[in-house]
Amino acid sequence: MSTAVMNLNSNRASRFYDTTIGKKVVMAVSGVVLFGFVVGHLVGNLQIYAGADKVNHYAKFLQSMPGPLWGARIVLLLCLILHVWSAFELWLLTREARPVAYKKKSNPNSSYASRTMIWSGPIIGAFLIYHLLHFTFGTVLPNGLARLENGDVNVYQNMIVGFSQPLVTLFYAIAVSLLGVHLYHGLWSMFQSLGVSHPSYTPRFKQFAAAASILISVGNISIPLSVLAGFVR
Amino acid sequence: MKLTLHVWRQKNSTAPGQFVRYEANDVNTHMSFLEMLDVVNEELILKGEEPIAFDHDCREGICGTCGSMVNGLAHGGHKGATLCQLHMRFFKDGDEVWLEPWRARAFPVIRDLVVDRGALDRIVASGGYVSVPTGSAPDGNAVAVPKPDADRSMDAACCIGCGACVAACPNAAVALFLGAKITHLGSLPQGQPERMDRALKMVARARQEVFGYCTNIGECEAACPKEIKLDVIARTNRDFLRASFTRSPEAKQVAG
Repeated sequence: MSTAVMNLNSNRASRFYDTTIGKKVVMAVSGVVLFGFVVGHLVGNLQIYAGADKVNHYAKFLQSMPGPLWGARIVLLLCLILHVWSAFELWLLTREARPVAYKKKSNPNSSYASRTMIWSGPIIGAFLIYHLLHFTFGTVLPNGLARLENGDVNVYQNMIVGFSQPLVTLFYAIAVSLLGVHLYHGLWSMFQSLGVSHPSYTPRFKQFAAAASILISVGNISIPLSVLAGFVR
Repeated sequence: MKLTLHVWRQKNSTAPGQFVRYEANDVNTHMSFLEMLDVVNEELILKGEEPIAFDHDCREGICGTCGSMVNGLAHGGHKGATLCQLHMRFFKDGDEVWLEPWRARAFPVIRDLVVDRGALDRIVASGGYVSVPTGSAPDGNAVAVPKPDADRSMDAACCIGCGACVAACPNAAVALFLGAKITHLGSLPQGQPERMDRALKMVARARQEVFGYCTNIGECEAACPKEIKLDVIARTNRDFLRASFTRSPEAKQVAG
């Protein structure tokens, strides 16, 4: 039995994940799930423009079904871990693959977004932790989580208080812009990683990525800015 | 025309290298880049110094032997051109030119600008072939090939294995080279029987050679002297995914 046969007979999943393509597939699939969350999260939060009752009711609605809520949270956490872990392993591999750096190197054909995925990612991760401490746990809110009279979380009030601080709003704007930069490359790159490429569809994927990343950034930044500017009070 | 060259000089694969400055005082705009280096080397030899080692063979852009980084760009960054096809008319009098070898762990420097690209050969040996019985040539029209498939295959077959894609990639990935070989053979009827095995074996071999990973950024596509497109990388991914999920255990016994 030759070594090639031995390799082919080793565990299917580990053999798959050991290759760079396998890791990229894991990154792409987990990225799709996380993108789905980002879209859902934005759509949910845009209800702030429909008034306090609407957005508070939406929060209550989510909390009213603990099963699906925790199911979604576990899936998202799992995808986040897979996304970060595969990225970290690939980053280590890149350092290994080019131990001596170029003295001079220019990259004329690639976008800034594509070359900085490994940096926009961790910054978004740091923002995510702050964001959870901000509005899920209320730890970094000035007076903790505000609640309604019946004990439910007053999401609307928390956003008003949280975003009334200019520095917080600035940090949100930077982080969400970087999320847009990350998605600008990631949203089309995932098609390529999964082997979906076609001369007529690939340009559409790129247009989709550009449009989605801009809409997500603008939509998300609009909320803290509207609060800070006093449009939502 | 006068140029200032900063050339990477390295005695062997283990010695530390460094940039050495040379003045090229008699450069003709009709020279190719390699001819300019020949002239510099002649001067070095007359002075009793060690000439700059660089790879070259056909000097007409089809063999894939030459290549180095010129001012941070593989083959000097001219569309569809290898280093030997880069002409000195693209430079201005007084230009500073930095020359570096391809840098990747899988491409150890042998000397100066010469690197060992054996890793690419080993990837091809792992699965970049079709098994055919030898004997009399088959009838040319026995196997019909749709024109678009033939075109795609031939476009990918243009790959000369120069290694510029690896050199230009910020991650030192071999994805474009691999994609070219997979697309070349996998687009033709003759390549079908071994298509799934080929994807599994070549991708696994690329990993063993410690190439980096593809981030789909497209530097390889721009550097490729044969203008091979990123699409071939998606084809590798597609074949590899399909092979990973569909190959039955019985089929594996036959492989190798």
